[in-house]
Amino acid sequence: MRRYLARRLLQAAGVVLFVTTLSFALIHLAPGDPIAAALSGSRVSETVRNQWRAEFGLDRPIAEQYVKWVANAARGRLGYSFSRRQPVSDVLRDALPRTLVLALPALLLSFALGITVGVLQAERPRSARDRWLGRVLLALYSVPDFWLALVALLLFSYRVRLFPPGGLTDPVLYDYMSPREQLVDRLRHLVLPVITLTLLTAASVARYQRGALLSVLPSAWMRTALAKGVSWRSAVRRHALRNALLPVITLFGLSLPAFAAGTVFIEKVFSWPGMGLVTVNAIAARDYHLVTAGVLVMSVMVVIATVLTDLAVAAADPRVRLS
Amino acid sequence: MPPVVPPLPDVAGIRSRLRRDRRATFALGVLLTIATCALLAPILSPFDPNAQLDISRLQSQAPSWSHPLGTDPFSRDVLSRLLYGARISLLISFTAVALAMSFGTLIGAVAGYLGGAIDAVLMRLVDAAFSIPTLLLLIVVIALWGEVSTSALTLLIASVGWFTVSRLVRAETLAMRDADFVVAARALGVPAWRVLGQHVLPNVVGPAIIAAALAVGNVILLEAGLSYLGIGVRPPTASWGSIIQDGSERVSDLWWLTLFPGLAILVTVFACNALGDALRDALDPRQLQAAPDDDTPIKAT
Repeated sequence: MRRYLARRLLQAAGVVLFVTTLSFALIHLAPGDPIAAALSGSRVSETVRNQWRAEFGLDRPIAEQYVKWVANAARGRLGYSFSRRQPVSDVLRDALPRTLVLALPALLLSFALGITVGVLQAERPRSARDRWLGRVLLALYSVPDFWLALVALLLFSYRVRLFPPGGLTDPVLYDYMSPREQLVDRLRHLVLPVITLTLLTAASVARYQRGALLSVLPSAWMRTALAKGVSWRSAVRRHALRNALLPVITLFGLSLPAFAAGTVFIEKVFSWPGMGLVTVNAIAARDYHLVTAGVLVMSVMVVIATVLTDLAVAAADPRVRLS
Repeated sequence: MPPVVPPLPDVAGIRSRLRRDRRATFALGVLLTIATCALLAPILSPFDPNAQLDISRLQSQAPSWSHPLGTDPFSRDVLSRLLYGARISLLISFTAVALAMSFGTLIGAVAGYLGGAIDAVLMRLVDAAFSIPTLLLLIVVIALWGEVSTSALTLLIASVGWFTVSRLVRAETLAMRDADFVVAARALGVPAWRVLGQHVLPNVVGPAIIAAALAVGNVILLEAGLSYLGIGVRPPTASWGSIIQDGSERVSDLWWLTLFPGLAILVTVFACNALGDALRDALDPRQLQAAPDDDTPIKAT
């Protein structure tokens, strides 16, 4: 286990360095430089621009800039957000918890829902229930993330005024509410984004869980359990499910990149001021430091979570860490 | 034990299973219909997709007899834009997938066949790429470069879409590399590229086709997502995502700008995925569904 851990952490460090290098390379390969972008349209003389470049170290050799970039990134110094007039790290520090508040419940719910639906399907393969659930899942799997969110907004916020149309809290009344009402208000704002994100992710999980279950159903130990008089239902739910959960832990790691992308769209549609919305809005503002840093942080989080999942798999399954 | 001779694909069996699979019939029917609509867009469209018909009187009109899907805030006919948008969306996804498949197959075959350091480096690179959210990477690239042309967008999407297929092809190539028929071909002095092309690659076509069907759907979603964020297809060109983007500021008033292109995306991607599922079942009837260690069931975005 220790050797596996060391190897996996080393790999993860490699990926993080790769992502950091990639973002540095992208910034420098892009036409124009951050100064030109920040000052675009404003009448600033070339002399002043050069002074700025010198101040930000943009006139130094590329290797030196790279080392500095990596060192700064490692210390959480990710540049200055020109559109928000504050350090990028401050912007992201505010946004990160908001994303987690949205993403963690959605992740938990989607795996709970996905596994349940997968079991319901695999219990009766090719039955009407299996086929209809399969179609619904395929539809959810094929729907654009942002479109499902827009439709949810349209139906349950504009047509039927069940939930607020986005944001963290009520923009007007929040400050006048009692603490209890404030909590309710926050939760009400969470409902639609969390449900949408849950449905989108649950579709992948359920499809995967059904496949995993079906592939263990023909096992010898299933036959043994049935021969001993265990009912089909409890054989599937107790015996097969345990054996089919392992690939789902792997799926957890594999689905995180798609989940991060989904979160970006959900935040955008529901104006949820987390990492995704901040990053996407920074595109329009041409705030390149913020875009790059936002993506960097999200990618690093995904990498770290992926490693943790791999370690969980290795802890659960000795075959993985021995190979 | 590696196989002595390549297992011949059971073409007749695959074909008959596909013909009996209603999913495949449905999916092919839908895809052919949409492709036909896209091809015939100039004939079918009632209006020029980019013409601002009457900015004062036809702005943001709800669906009516003269404009069955309504008009957008620039007074353009949504039905015409939807039909022309199908061209752009399908063109981008088919081209990007074709490019990504070719490149991924090449990389996977080379890595699997040569092995050693090249294989290790390439596959570590692919591993790294798998843990980076593709969409986020594209956001950075496009945001930094500013607006990109449609062909550049296609290339960019292709450049991040080859990982799954390269891993797939590598695994198959690795399994074939030491098969007797491959060793025999090598011993007879057949050059490596011919061994790969004639003996190894035909055996990995099946999984690659499944991956391609699923990838087309994914790329349609990816393009729509980028266009919705305003960094995909450049205005005024219509794509399904960009039509939704045109109405995204006033979703509740202009619901037709969200609903119809979204349904078009949903139906098309659904058909691609259903076709992929049907192909998978037809190619490997022993499996009821994807094996748990299969890479494909996860969205590439």
